[in-house]
Amino acid sequence: MKKLSILMAIALIPATLAIGCGGGGEEAAAPTQQADSAPAAAPQQAVTGGGAIAGNAKYVNGDPDAAIGMDADPVCASLHPGEVHTEKVVADDNGNLANVFVYVKSGLEGKSYPAPSSTHTLDQIGCQYKPHVSGMQVGQKLVIRNSDPTLHNVHAMPSVNKEFNQGQPFQGMELEHSFDQAEVMVPFKCDVHPWMSSFMAVLDHPFFGVSSEEGSFGIENLPAGTYVLEAWHEEFGTQTVEVTVADGETAQVSFDFSPGAVASAG
Amino acid sequence: MSRETPFLRGVHRLAAFLAGYVVLLITAGGLVKSLEAGLSVPDWPLSYGMLNPPRWWEIETVRAEHGHRLIAGTVLLLTLWLMIWIVRREPRKWVRGVAVVAFVAVLAQAALGGITVLFFLPTAISVSHAGLAQLFLCLLVVLAVVTSRRWVSEKGAGSPATSASRIVTLVTATTIAIYVQILLGAVMRHTGAGLAIPDFPLAFGGLIPPKLDFAIGIHFAHRMGALLVATLIFWSLGRVLRFASQERVLVIPASLLTLLVLVQGTLGGLVVLTGKAVLPNTLHVGGGALLLALSMMLTLMTRRLDWVARQQGVAPEVEVFETHRLEQAVS
Ligand SMILES: [Cu+2]
Repeated sequence: MKKLSILMAIALIPATLAIGCGGGGEEAAAPTQQADSAPAAAPQQAVTGGGAIAGNAKYVNGDPDAAIGMDADPVCASLHPGEVHTEKVVADDNGNLANVFVYVKSGLEGKSYPAPSSTHTLDQIGCQYKPHVSGMQVGQKLVIRNSDPTLHNVHAMPSVNKEFNQGQPFQGMELEHSFDQAEVMVPFKCDVHPWMSSFMAVLDHPFFGVSSEEGSFGIENLPAGTYVLEAWHEEFGTQTVEVTVADGETAQVSFDFSPGAVASAG
Repeated sequence: MSRETPFLRGVHRLAAFLAGYVVLLITAGGLVKSLEAGLSVPDWPLSYGMLNPPRWWEIETVRAEHGHRLIAGTVLLLTLWLMIWIVRREPRKWVRGVAVVAFVAVLAQAALGGITVLFFLPTAISVSHAGLAQLFLCLLVVLAVVTSRRWVSEKGAGSPATSASRIVTLVTATTIAIYVQILLGAVMRHTGAGLAIPDFPLAFGGLIPPKLDFAIGIHFAHRMGALLVATLIFWSLGRVLRFASQERVLVIPASLLTLLVLVQGTLGGLVVLTGKAVLPNTLHVGGGALLLALSMMLTLMTRRLDWVARQQGVAPEVEVFETHRLEQAVS
């Protein structure tokens, strides 16, 4: 087999030469072999003071998240002795729904928030993207890392920003990128491992959050005012609610994606 | 033909082998699409910056895409070899021309394959890549057939009972129909319309879909095309058996076409019924290429027999034989 692949490789050389140039499709930054950079947690708040929003996302239906098989890549399969799930619908027994992206959709017009200096990290670990759903700011530095002993391709499929597809054949590889337009959501996928997907929101402000395993999310340091808040879920779509925030207070919001339920603020 | 054309056994064997190998290459390309693995190697012409990415044969998607590239590279080299061989040894100018065109086609085909990867599989480029693949296959079939012993031999004339002129138009139309049918299939695949009509053999429980958008339209056109192609193939077999039953070189491809079109229809149905399972989906692409190659072979040999017969002038005994058969058929 090895002999055959070497033979085939040799056979390919003139093909490569004959066709000549590569070119194109190089929008993404080149992968770099940097040492571990500290992964950024929540985005740095560009402002202080103001009020806050706290809430909870629910999905009460009981459908368990579907299990997936990773046999298409034996290395991925070996990283998961137990069951692995799609991460599409992550809800606990009480219906608390994780991976709901909540952000201020309107009400901030005329205000500008510079990109934070912190980096946002998308990791490929266990042949899954971590985080599965996340947000970052326009112009912020995104670091995409391959923590797996197998190869991945990082394929971002935005509709407003520029699409890119970059290979990361070795463990520890990192590539840097930044988006120059606000967009909710930028889907990421790995074409090597069809089950791998991630959704990243790119916003021009820092007022967003992602619901935790307990279904809770929070947005802080929001100037007093009335806002339209949108909650996004990859399977259940979006819900919006209007919310008024007062200085020094925390407005409560809840989103219920259960069949027939609606969002509420109060 | 003014002078004896030599039979170049080596050239003929290489061309025939290469045509068969290209059917395999097209099938491998079908596997890439069936697995949606076209972008699993993001760069081109290298793979992950290397000639062979690590563990490429262990990972299903990368094995398909990178394997397709390796087979393609081999085909490109063999085509170059074939072209050089033909240009140096082949006396017929037009055959040398076909060999050069085949090499240019394989270069263009490689470029289309690269461009479609670098631009994230635009439909027009992917469909062109699928369509040019089949034209390239046809060129190789031409080279294999016109370098065959039967073709170059002065005894290339058919038996007196053969009336190739009665078949020529039909088998030519069949080849064109198969090619168009493959293009319809390629557009359907690359626009994600393979399941636009979810049931088979009926369409939404009826004979004709109740509504028509692009996806349903292209899908339904491919099904109607299948019926047309099958009809043309059955008809061709009937006429080959009637007007050229002595010509194994026509009877064999016509019979194989008939068998294969039944298999191909079954595979097409299975693609729908299994929700585009990888195996029937891939074999269906390979089956299409094989049908086109066989039909091309049948068309070329029929045309050759017809041409030789017309060069020699229609022998009177053939006329007598024909009249006799017609009388038999009438009575
Ligand atoms: Cu991957």
